[in-house]
Amino acid sequence: MYDKRFDGRKMDELRECSAKVGVVPSAKGSAMFKIGNTIAIAAVRGPRNLYPKFLALPDKALLRCNYNMMSFSGSGDRVRPGSSRRDREISLITQKALEPVLMLDEFPGSVVDIFIELLQTDAGTRCAGICAAAMALADAGFKMKGLVSAVSVGLIGNKMLVDLDNLEEHHEEGNTDIPVAMISGEDGITLLQMDGFCKPEQMKKLLELAKKACSKIHEVQKKALLEGFEK
Amino acid sequence: MSKILVTDKEIVVPGQVLAEGMGFLPAGAAFRDKDRIIALKIGLVNIDGRLIKLIPLKGQYLPKIHDLVIGKIEDVMLGSWLVDYGGSKYAMLSARNFLQRNNQVDDLSQFMDVGDVIIAKIYKVVRKNTVDLSMQGPGLRKLGNGRVIEVSPPKVPRIIGKQGSMISMIKDQTNCRISVGQNGWVWVYGPDPNMEMIAIETIRKIENESHIPGLTDRIKDFLNSKVGKVDKVVKIDRVDEEGKEDV
Repeated sequence: MYDKRFDGRKMDELRECSAKVGVVPSAKGSAMFKIGNTIAIAAVRGPRNLYPKFLALPDKALLRCNYNMMSFSGSGDRVRPGSSRRDREISLITQKALEPVLMLDEFPGSVVDIFIELLQTDAGTRCAGICAAAMALADAGFKMKGLVSAVSVGLIGNKMLVDLDNLEEHHEEGNTDIPVAMISGEDGITLLQMDGFCKPEQMKKLLELAKKACSKIHEVQKKALLEGFEK
Repeated sequence: MSKILVTDKEIVVPGQVLAEGMGFLPAGAAFRDKDRIIALKIGLVNIDGRLIKLIPLKGQYLPKIHDLVIGKIEDVMLGSWLVDYGGSKYAMLSARNFLQRNNQVDDLSQFMDVGDVIIAKIYKVVRKNTVDLSMQGPGLRKLGNGRVIEVSPPKVPRIIGKQGSMISMIKDQTNCRISVGQNGWVWVYGPDPNMEMIAIETIRKIENESHIPGLTDRIKDFLNSKVGKVDKVVKIDRVDEEGKEDV
């Protein structure tokens, strides 16, 4: 039975979150998002000329994400320098998670590049990356219908958990890991993936938990975005 | 029932609900999403009766016809130049909009080559970001010595000020020649490098503090304190070879 979490958190408690914008001064927009020991940095370049040209969309800018764990960032043998199949998948789902809020119709035929680098990893990297990327896009001043906040929820045995860390993700009782991304912490789901198994009624409850956690993360993002404008 | 959920002059983030119900109208970067008005950008809320206006504090430059922009030549083609002006695509400056005649034979790089900085006017905009430039008009020219800095495009009106008051204050105090493009590129040229640095510092200060009230007075004080401190004027013989007209 897993009834006490390794780091002493409550079952529905997030790890400590902090965020900051403008961490990459040369980029149009940038942000850092830290949740527990996971640190993500996102930088936005563009809108700019798109090469290769055949990728261009006639009605809006292309959103191109690049997710990368730095070679010194993580635990285990997963982190190797360079792009992998996993990196490409996460780049794609990050793009799909951000596209519903972005209105890029002002820049047809060009590209907006987002680079997400993970400095330190302790599970929940795709969620941290999405949070950082959403803030970086807002910092760059793109039209967005909302900020995207993401968190992972999951199961160990029958216990429902929020924001799993690396130890919990590899717990021997078997685990289910469900990354969820929501618009403005409540409005809609833009990312939903699952590793493992869970029952439909458990899924409903887990999504409720995710919603609460996302709105907490949304508050952190909002606070960081407004920080530079204090009077 | 309509109700406003924000106060006047509040700074909001994208997705924040500004008002509920159909009793209000969105303007600027505010957006109607069914029966709510939401913010699309980080910006300052301005409530004027039933109008909720969101003035963006961050954003990109969207080309508009007749805007003056500062750009850099990126490529020379047979009958035109490609110009980077900080937009999402390169703009085109056709030879006839520069030479005032159809050009069939000349090598255009003898007039302007890759890397040259120009001040030009937007002459045509197609589909929001396909831009044609023109250099026919007073003050439109290739820029000589000096440096180009990039500022955030939404801050450009604050740098220029009401009827150019802010920019002429900087010009007078620092004795620099400054051209501000609507695209957020600013060309600064001063006979004294120290003054050039002060002018750039002042522009950066305006960019960072434009949302705080009392900007003009603060900038005036800042300029006075800075310019007063430069006791030894470095005389360097710097000549801007191009035209004398300022824009």
